[in-house]
Amino acid sequence: MFILKKISEMLVTLLGITILSFLIIHLAPGKPTDILTDLNPKVTPEMRERLEKMYGLDKPVLVQYGMWLKRVVKLDFGESFSTDRRPVWDKIKEKIPITLIINILSLVLIFVVAVPIGIYSAVKRYSYFDKATTVFVFVGFAAPSFWIALLLMILFGVKLDLLPISGIRSLDHNDLTYFGKLLDYSSHLILPVFVSAIGGLAGISRYMRSGMLEVIRQDYITTAKAKGLTDKKVIYGHALRNALLPIITILGLSVPGLIGGSVIFEQIFGIPGMGRLFYQSVLGRDYSVVMGILTIGAILTLIGNLLADLGYSLADPRVRKT
Amino acid sequence: MIRDHKIKKMNYSLVTMIALSLMPIMLLIGCDGKTSPADSSSKVDYASETGAPAYGDALIVGSIGEPSVLIPMLAGDSASHDVAGLIFNGLVKYDTDLSIIGDLAENWDISPDGLTITFYLRRGVKWTDSVEFTAHDVMFGYKTIIDDKTPTAYKEDFLQVEKAEVIDDHTFRVSYKKPFAPALSSWGSMPVVPRHLLEGKDITKVDYRRKPIGMGPYILEKWDSGEKLELRSNKDYFEDRPYIDRYIYRIIPDTATMFLELQAGSIDLMGLTPLQYSKQTNTDFFKKNYQKFKYPASGYTYLGFNFKNDKFKSKKIRQAIAYAIDKQEIIDVVLFGLGSIATGPYVPNTWPYNPDVERYSYNPEMARQLMAEEGWKDSDGDGWLDKNGERFKFTIITNLGNDSRKKTAEIIQWRLKKIGIDVEIRIIEWATFINEFIDKRRFEACLLGWGIDRDPDQYIIWHSSKTKEKEFNFISYSNKEVDDLLEKGRRKYRIEDRKKIYFKIQEILADEVPYVFLYVPDALPIVHSRFKGIVPTPIGISYNLHEWYVPANLQKHKLLP
Repeated sequence: MFILKKISEMLVTLLGITILSFLIIHLAPGKPTDILTDLNPKVTPEMRERLEKMYGLDKPVLVQYGMWLKRVVKLDFGESFSTDRRPVWDKIKEKIPITLIINILSLVLIFVVAVPIGIYSAVKRYSYFDKATTVFVFVGFAAPSFWIALLLMILFGVKLDLLPISGIRSLDHNDLTYFGKLLDYSSHLILPVFVSAIGGLAGISRYMRSGMLEVIRQDYITTAKAKGLTDKKVIYGHALRNALLPIITILGLSVPGLIGGSVIFEQIFGIPGMGRLFYQSVLGRDYSVVMGILTIGAILTLIGNLLADLGYSLADPRVRKT
Repeated sequence: MIRDHKIKKMNYSLVTMIALSLMPIMLLIGCDGKTSPADSSSKVDYASETGAPAYGDALIVGSIGEPSVLIPMLAGDSASHDVAGLIFNGLVKYDTDLSIIGDLAENWDISPDGLTITFYLRRGVKWTDSVEFTAHDVMFGYKTIIDDKTPTAYKEDFLQVEKAEVIDDHTFRVSYKKPFAPALSSWGSMPVVPRHLLEGKDITKVDYRRKPIGMGPYILEKWDSGEKLELRSNKDYFEDRPYIDRYIYRIIPDTATMFLELQAGSIDLMGLTPLQYSKQTNTDFFKKNYQKFKYPASGYTYLGFNFKNDKFKSKKIRQAIAYAIDKQEIIDVVLFGLGSIATGPYVPNTWPYNPDVERYSYNPEMARQLMAEEGWKDSDGDGWLDKNGERFKFTIITNLGNDSRKKTAEIIQWRLKKIGIDVEIRIIEWATFINEFIDKRRFEACLLGWGIDRDPDQYIIWHSSKTKEKEFNFISYSNKEVDDLLEKGRRKYRIEDRKKIYFKIQEILADEVPYVFLYVPDALPIVHSRFKGIVPTPIGISYNLHEWYVPANLQKHKLLP
């Protein structure tokens, strides 16, 4: 029952999101055909109208939305408005794997590093370790990622000549052995994954630290300590489980971000991912690709929320009862 | 190198890539990703080494943009045209002095009345799938362009055609209603498509769009979306087999990254920014490894006045503003001196360019005097010119994201302040800028640029009939004499006749100052020094790409058997 109700709510929300997105991108000035026609002396106004008619852009926005919805219900996102006219799904499909890989790797890296840092800083509050990680984490958070990326590229790519600067594989990639390919991919991914993780470290480790501090103050921890349990048992057996609750919410919320991709580091590292696709589509007013990505993003956000709810009820018996 | 064919077929599926990348990342070891040939780059002085032309090697070009479609008539962006230009030839092409010479057409006749052009096509040219190229392909291409269902921006020139006919396999004839000089150049690569591959198919959907078959110097082999396009040389190219075996077009969306790739030796050719050209590429490393080129780009930046606005009705005021702006200063500051002063809408040193027009060298006294003649004086001593108690004040609009335009606007603002004109600057996002301000004529002055077409016809920009919404005479300029000359220029074919007409137009424009022509920036390509045979000309360096070569002892990328 709980799940059915949630899912029907989700469908209504999804419809709302698509209507709003559709209206907003059509409200923005400019049209997909502008890229061919703006300030192009070879294009007459009549030709511009003919092009717009060809793409169905002369119809009222609501009619266009109706046509779009009819297609999407059949899981067809239509064709891109850009001059390549490729199916939207093809364009998204080829960009998803690389974005997903980088995001998953960086998410894993973030959690593997940030959770222990958070716990340790909380347990050894105000120690040198706590202070040092605080400084490090905030510097990492505050430094613009494009700047860090460029510095690392200069150091590892130009000066030391250890890592490739941009792209996801070398020119002779296809001539490499299996192991060679593996090395090739991973050497290309080290910098992007590191740079995209650095910003996230601060947030998660701080959440973890404050969550942990909160829990340690609770009566039941005092009780546990009074019972004579070791520090280890108190912290990992009792405190950690509760302190992890907010992290589950954050994990759920980062699901849509997995395909989101970051424009900035994809642009800098020349990675053909979702961030760049979305950015270029917005600039080119490529309505169908923008709508495709927004819809997929919306669906993933809703699923992420649902998962977070479910995860919560698994981890916390109190939520189940209400 | 060992090649495993099973693995070669493997695409980067999700699972494999995770598996591939997880392990070493977790270890976070720095592993040497460079498998390319030995880095002897610091030892060899490529610039002074020479050698005989030899086949082989690869040219790796860095580009910010990715092509979208490789059929010339459908492409709108420069990246698409860059690559399509290597795959297709046209019936005619521009020579290095901007005269028109034959390409796939060996020669042509123009009837005495200027209404009919007959093209005689080269015999024995083959599409790279070995089918012969004939006049039927051109006819098919022409029909496709004028077809209502083809979304092309290049239809206009072809709609002027009254009749097109195939005389025989190697003769093609077109007739026009009126003589139309730009017509000849329109028969470049736009209408050249293979009929045998495209007939009866929907040109907006076919695979051919991204897997084209042409007859040009290179053949597209592989396209990794968002990464690179790989082309290999066409050994049967009808001019001569290109020396360089592979042409790789790498997409690197960030200019800073691209410059680092250049320093790491991973790309061989890119366009430099003025800053990179003048300050960052003068080290020994660059002198030994790279050759830099500089020639006027085909475009100019201008300050345009809205003639619908009463402030700019008087010629003297427009001239005063032209005198008050120091164009050389803008070039020195914004472009680090890498550009030339524009005096009209043509590229310096090309045949339509008239070097002897009024130049409006910086002269603030003259500017003040001209303003005073129109009644604009600083009567209350506050430093600003006024008339009937009102200041002379206007707003310059320009688009967001173009840093050199922004800086130019600021310099103009500062210079005009010196003669007492109050200028405001508004910078607006592109789509809004065009749709809400330029198209609706809601501006006083605009700072913009035009690309310069190789044909000198600029009817669409200056003719008084082209002032409707979305048309390009958006400053609403109107001059009867210019109108007549523009019409006449379209009717003449001989360069000497046209030259007189366009020289006269430039004189009038210089006198009337509808735009203050500011500058023509320089194109600044840099190429690795192992490439020899590059001869810079007014139309750039890439026109003779198939003649570039790398001497055998300097070759870097060996093609595996």
